Amino acid sequence: MASEALVCAQVFTEMPQRLTRKLLGSALADALATPHGVDRYVELVRPAFSLHEVRAEVVSVRRPTARGVTLTLRPNANWQGFCAGQFVRLSVEIDGVRHTRCYSPASSAHAGDLIELTAHAQPDGVVSPFLRASARAGMVVSLSQADGDFALPDERPEQVLLISGGSGITPVMSMLRTLCHEGYRGPIAFLHYARDEHDVAYARQLAELASGHANVRLLRGYTRKMGVGELKGRFGREHVRAAGIDSTRALTFACGPSALVDAVRATWAQDELDARLYVEQFAPPAPARVDTTDGHVAGTLRFARSGVAATGTPAPLLDQAEAAGLTPTSGCRMGICHTCTCRKLEGAVRDVRTGEVSTAPDELIQICVNAPVGDVTLDI
Amino acid sequence: MTATTPPQLTPEQLDAFGRELDAIRERVLADLGERDADYIRRVIKAQRGLEIGGRTLLEVGFLPPAWLAGTAALSLSKILDNMEIGHNVMHGQYDWMNDPAVNGQAFEWDTACPADQWRHSHNYVHHTHTNILGKDRDIGYGVLRMSEDQRWHPYYLGNPVYAVLLALLFEWGVALHDLEVERIGAGKASWKDKGEMLQAIWRKGRRQALKDYVLFPLLAGPGAPFTFAGNLTANAVRNVWAFTIIFCGHFPEGTHEFTEEETEGETRGQWYFRQLLGSANLTGGPLFHILSGNLSHQIEHHLFPDLPGHRYAELAVEVREICQRYGLPYNSGPLHKQFGSVVKKIVKLALPGRGGGERAPEPAAVAVAEVVAPPEPELVAA
Repeated sequence: MASEALVCAQVFTEMPQRLTRKLLGSALADALATPHGVDRYVELVRPAFSLHEVRAEVVSVRRPTARGVTLTLRPNANWQGFCAGQFVRLSVEIDGVRHTRCYSPASSAHAGDLIELTAHAQPDGVVSPFLRASARAGMVVSLSQADGDFALPDERPEQVLLISGGSGITPVMSMLRTLCHEGYRGPIAFLHYARDEHDVAYARQLAELASGHANVRLLRGYTRKMGVGELKGRFGREHVRAAGIDSTRALTFACGPSALVDAVRATWAQDELDARLYVEQFAPPAPARVDTTDGHVAGTLRFARSGVAATGTPAPLLDQAEAAGLTPTSGCRMGICHTCTCRKLEGAVRDVRTGEVSTAPDELIQICVNAPVGDVTLDI
Repeated sequence: MTATTPPQLTPEQLDAFGRELDAIRERVLADLGERDADYIRRVIKAQRGLEIGGRTLLEVGFLPPAWLAGTAALSLSKILDNMEIGHNVMHGQYDWMNDPAVNGQAFEWDTACPADQWRHSHNYVHHTHTNILGKDRDIGYGVLRMSEDQRWHPYYLGNPVYAVLLALLFEWGVALHDLEVERIGAGKASWKDKGEMLQAIWRKGRRQALKDYVLFPLLAGPGAPFTFAGNLTANAVRNVWAFTIIFCGHFPEGTHEFTEEETEGETRGQWYFRQLLGSANLTGGPLFHILSGNLSHQIEHHLFPDLPGHRYAELAVEVREICQRYGLPYNSGPLHKQFGSVVKKIVKLALPGRGGGERAPEPAAVAVAEVVAPPEPELVAA
């Protein structure tokens, strides 16, 4: 009876919301709101609302360590959920500019309509220091749908070995929480490496899960503080043995800095167990400065949408795209008309007029007046 | 410098002139940030508020005060949407924000012209080839005779009539602009090639008309005629206003035109020079500048088309000072004066004379323009 009443109450509170959404999503509303669309009006009073885009409101903010910040987000109705281990692209506006970065939810995939992200402020970063310093409840951010192959397969394995280093803890934390949430019975070992015990974002939650679940074994190693954790030194075979996991029967998920991930990968390769290993490693941070004293840095140009690649030259990207047989739209060819503006997915470019180098990922550039500096990927 | 030809600068002077303007541009680009983002969002919020308020009032438009207030609010909304928001956003002035809501290539505006066609005819054709006869189709829009160098034809006797019609129906004129109908007439293009464009105009125009002339009126029930009349008036007010401001940008007395030969192989400095001499400013208060989409700073807009329009007022002080040093005219005047000279030109050019492809003597840049040239310009003062 009580649960029926609860369901009824829920239906009654959800109904007006659903009706509103249905009305706002109707063809009539679209015709009345043309050409801007319904979102552009509703978002002025309800910033997290959108008919199609995923946006989320920050519900709470915690700062668990000196560098870490944990955001609890409530995504809007367009969010389709995630598989433990996947990432989302989160966009925030800083000094008028929207920046996008990838973060893996650390919460259980079954945690309802909330997700939790943790960022670690990087000394040369833009987004993570901003979130550490300025994130607050009520803020609205944009999200992508979850993405990535680093995820627990639907068919759960017999045993699970989770290995993480530093801020790489988040996707494997999500896996651990998801498995515990499901009442998974197989053995799980969690190997986590950090500088010291104060730099572990989910220290308390990990310890609680380990003590509350007999099948979970937690082993920690501190690279700058020997003799405190259960693991000594950097990752090695003895750590896998200590974990009590049979790597031939387990699926292993490793996420962290390249040194750690490379060491794990090498060990699994020696044992010819590559197929049982999933890895995700931090991309080396984009350089904040590019030395262009000689005017050009050799690299590869990739045109992501057309699947074409070419060796970069010091010429403007538009000329190089055309030389590669592509026909991007263009106009003045002198930086005035913005007809050729396109999205640079990654890499650094130099404005041929000013010499200024821009390294930000996922930004709009005019390809008629920008030349590549090293590897560049364009959305053409 | 004589009163009948554009002022002359040496190549070195032009280079130095260009470098000074480049320096302004780079400085502003480096400074773009929250202030600009907040500004455009405030304008967007005001526009959407005026639109919702105006349309709501027009739903009860049978009450005269509601009709008047609703029509005024909707007119203002459309003016802001097209000018300070649409025109400027579509120039890519806010692309650096990386926000899809103000992305220059994605933005659509509340007018009949499909944004994509506008981006081509305006951002590319007009801004690249400003005031070059035969290349800049904004000289007369393929309808009017706005330059003595356009050969006279009896058709142009109707110049003033066409101008009035164009003003009233401006959004539809703009919508058809990129079709280059006059080139089809001259046999240089065919209707067959224009199928896709016509379809896009039809799709956009139909949605605009459906909203303003069918759906919102129907929602008002028996008050439909009042809503219809309010929407029609708002569109017309926006049309006339946009026409007035835009015609004051390049046609007042004192603005120069250029030939293709003159502008071949132009340097950066020469390009700036042409933009300056081909444009004219309007003086007025802050609200006037916003409602003109900051096209009242047409000179600054043509020098820096992708810098946010709300910055032009500040830049105008520097640009004017630079012009003064180089002895260049800076054409600026109040709306009634500038528009008056445009009307005079429309009427005068209805009649034959001084055409025939020969370069006609320009009226002195000093005659109307507020000229600030000192007798001996100090160039690139150390």
